Amino acid sequence: MSELPTATRPASVVLPRPGDPPITAALVAEHGLTEAEYDRLVAMLGREPTFTELGVVSALWNEHCSYKHSRPVLRTLPVDAPWVLQGPGENAGVIAVGDGLAVAFKIESHNHPSAVEPYQGAATGVGGILRDVFTMGARPIALLDSLRFGDLDSPRVRYLFAGVVKGIGDYGNCVGIPTVAGEVVFDPAYEGNPLVNAMCVGLLREEELMRAVAQGVGNPILAVGARTGRDGIHGASFASEELSEASEAKRPRVQVGDPFTEKLLLEASLELIHSGHIVAIQDMGAAGLTSSSAEMAARGDVGVVIDTARVPVREAGMTPYEILLSESQERMLVVAKQGHEDAVRAILEKWDLSAAVVGEVIAEPVYRIVEGDRLVAEFPGSRLVTDCPVYHPEAREGEEVQRLRAVDPHATAERPEEGDPAWTVLTLLSSPTIASKAWVYRQYDTMVRTNTVIGPGGDAAVVRLRGTDRALALKTDCNGRYCYLEPRVGGMQAVAEAARNVACTGARPMAITNNLNFGNPKKPEVFWQFREAVGGMGDACRALRTPVTGGNVSFYNENPRGAIHPTPVVGMVGLIEALDHVTRSGFRTPGDAIVLLGENTDELGGSEYLARVHGLVAGRPPRVDLDGERRLVEALLEAIRAGHVASAHDVSDGGLAVALAECVMADAERPMGCDVELDAWASLPRRALLFGEAQGRIVVSTGAPGDVIAVAARHGVPAREIGRVAHASHGFVVRVAGAEVAVPVARLAEAYHQAIPRAMERPAAASPGAAGG
Amino acid sequence: MRVGIVTFPGSNCDYDAYHAVVDQLGERAFYVWHKERDLQGADVVVLPGGFSYGDYLRCGAIARFSPVMDAVAAHARAGAPVLAICNGFQIACEAGLLPGALLRNASLRYVCEQRHLRIETTDSPFTSRYAAGQVVRIPIAHGEGRYVADDDTLDRLEGEGLVAFRYVGAEGGSDERSNPNGSLRDIAGILNGGRNVLGMMPHPERAVEPLVGSGDGLALFESLLARVGA
Repeated sequence: MSELPTATRPASVVLPRPGDPPITAALVAEHGLTEAEYDRLVAMLGREPTFTELGVVSALWNEHCSYKHSRPVLRTLPVDAPWVLQGPGENAGVIAVGDGLAVAFKIESHNHPSAVEPYQGAATGVGGILRDVFTMGARPIALLDSLRFGDLDSPRVRYLFAGVVKGIGDYGNCVGIPTVAGEVVFDPAYEGNPLVNAMCVGLLREEELMRAVAQGVGNPILAVGARTGRDGIHGASFASEELSEASEAKRPRVQVGDPFTEKLLLEASLELIHSGHIVAIQDMGAAGLTSSSAEMAARGDVGVVIDTARVPVREAGMTPYEILLSESQERMLVVAKQGHEDAVRAILEKWDLSAAVVGEVIAEPVYRIVEGDRLVAEFPGSRLVTDCPVYHPEAREGEEVQRLRAVDPHATAERPEEGDPAWTVLTLLSSPTIASKAWVYRQYDTMVRTNTVIGPGGDAAVVRLRGTDRALALKTDCNGRYCYLEPRVGGMQAVAEAARNVACTGARPMAITNNLNFGNPKKPEVFWQFREAVGGMGDACRALRTPVTGGNVSFYNENPRGAIHPTPVVGMVGLIEALDHVTRSGFRTPGDAIVLLGENTDELGGSEYLARVHGLVAGRPPRVDLDGERRLVEALLEAIRAGHVASAHDVSDGGLAVALAECVMADAERPMGCDVELDAWASLPRRALLFGEAQGRIVVSTGAPGDVIAVAARHGVPAREIGRVAHASHGFVVRVAGAEVAVPVARLAEAYHQAIPRAMERPAAASPGAAGG
Repeated sequence: MRVGIVTFPGSNCDYDAYHAVVDQLGERAFYVWHKERDLQGADVVVLPGGFSYGDYLRCGAIARFSPVMDAVAAHARAGAPVLAICNGFQIACEAGLLPGALLRNASLRYVCEQRHLRIETTDSPFTSRYAAGQVVRIPIAHGEGRYVADDDTLDRLEGEGLVAFRYVGAEGGSDERSNPNGSLRDIAGILNGGRNVLGMMPHPERAVEPLVGSGDGLALFESLLARVGA
């Protein structure tokens, strides 16, 4: 076509651009390439790269974009099920949910940017995951956030926590997508390296599914949305190295978000996709124009030419290197149908956005970058993407962890205060990890789009599918402490708990997206954690029939003191087949029976109790019986569908006593009481019974305990009536072997609801050393 | 009833208003793009919530210049109902359709939650289907919802019965927790002198079915229907 005379011209010679720095060993190292990787690049090109080419390769071969350390392990995860329409490898996974509707969903990390610039780091994390979902042709309907911070006693942690929450809120609120669920965990292991994982869920009709595959020789490639600036250059590389004292200096690598432009881009992109004028669309996210164009070309097995001189820029004098690597936000790369350029522009103009033709799909198998008449970079075929190195690092369990796992929790003597178990209950309820997160989610618009049936604070969020009798249940889960002590068990547990949580709302678990947050994979003990945790996750996904449809790997989560707890976050999507099945976690009616599904066993290792009361991260984390978990989910769903269940709540952090307390306080406007007797388990150590975190347990309240127990028996699930729901005035009463825990509900509520607001009243500080703690 | 919902760039509650009218009331609704100059025969105009132009400047300060606003002002002058919710309330104040202004919440934080409001007047096309003094549950979701005006204006609003809703506790009284944003005199919504323009920070369009939290906002739309007719 005439617009791009250089596109079809035979390749001339790639020469350094005037002003390019010479390629030296130091420059190569600065770009994060090892010597072997550089040699590989030279072999691929058959010559030395130019500065621009070095930049392109550094952007695509960094860990964040290439998955070079993780790919072989990720391949072990199950990805198939009849309802999976799109598995890993696209911008987001997609599953069918009936009636021709489909759900696109994905989770992604923005850990390192958030560690140095919490507000923008978190905000742009939300922006990126929204774009991943709406480029599939799906309208985003919900956001979730899985967050990890250090100890709230630190002023720096309060600064990061407050900034991340505000960043998430301001972005999602402005775009108008409700934030409906997530988790927040506080643990010293995340000091200096918080985790910010954002998940987005979108809805589309199956036939609207759009894939980011460049096709059609002669089709024009357009840059749409915001202009390209010098922000965020090398952001993806920054995400692929450890944080250090020097990281603060890399703050300029953090991009700045503009949710208003995002909202316009969302509407314009969906209009474009539905217009039939385009064949592919992809976010210019990590590694910007480079990765979006190279990935779309590789998926379509076509060549592309991009002219950087045609990219709309924010300032004059930007080099091809800068334009290719910029991570300016709110930009999309679109492959349009030839001759439809004006129609594309008209749609963008309606939304006050611009679109510019910047390249073309070509038959020649080459990835070519020109700047006007000058050829500045050229790579053969799709080898830029496919030839990325793959590593199989050494994996070996750390000795420290083996020692910690061997610790017998019962060897730790009780503290004197524990003579009154009420003290322990209140201590755990006021642990920021367990305490109410209302301080967080009051700052999020949880209701916009008016489909939020259950918002944050429940076992899982429930979002109605408008126009149907169905709803989605959504939840993220992961216990980093379990994963640290025994990563295989931790990986299984994350899936099992997420499945239990969605099942408690009445949903069948359907599929997951995962965000695998780990330390430096070149350390054998970290790679061991990774391999084991992913192995456990895969086992659980197979057992629970919840394939993995995509996700994100975030390595190099370390601070100067070492790696974070391995944190493979699971983002689960479940399907509720009838709105009548929607079930909440809180007790509802005084007099209802309380039934425990599952069995109490002696599992104190890795518990919140040990961490919070004894400052101990040790012991063997609770066993996960995958077959039992599957039967538990089946039994619960059958009982819910039969109308036997008034409320259902998963037993997790803090154990049975905390779960029961949550059931009485869950509805802050309508608290209940309870009267529970646990003598059937009098032989268990009392603290294991009350605060141990044995898996596979759900607290159900019901007007028909016999029916619930009969359903459970048919599925081979242990079930026992343990007490009655009472009026709030009765208080929270739990008896075991002659002892009694009796606490007024108002005291429980005070501990649970005030812990985080009270902590956040203390000053925050951006610098780690500042006073004010 | 034909409800025209104005979509500004950055509006994000237009969809919710649409579904409240169409799904719950069974009446007609349509979107009016902000660049239009004609309201397409709307009986009722809704200025919806959201973040028009990102609210990067003062909330609503740019949207008031949208081409459609001349038609909205003419609609109001003619005595026809204009329902301005949240960002729409901010725009209506900026456009001079309502007195006063909305500042950042006293907490300096965005707040989204169910809130209790007391119906202060039933003498309006928006509130006739409520009982005076009735306490309703309607959510808020805003960062800049602190209503302020000078004392004379506030006295006039009170004197003429133009305060439509006040923030209260669940029992209808007021205490230190019942006002979520520091609004003067606990004001959550006001009418213009003609009683045909209502500005309110809470979201009645989010409270039209108990399934998603509350059905208490439906009576507002039913009041409009009673006034305008089907």
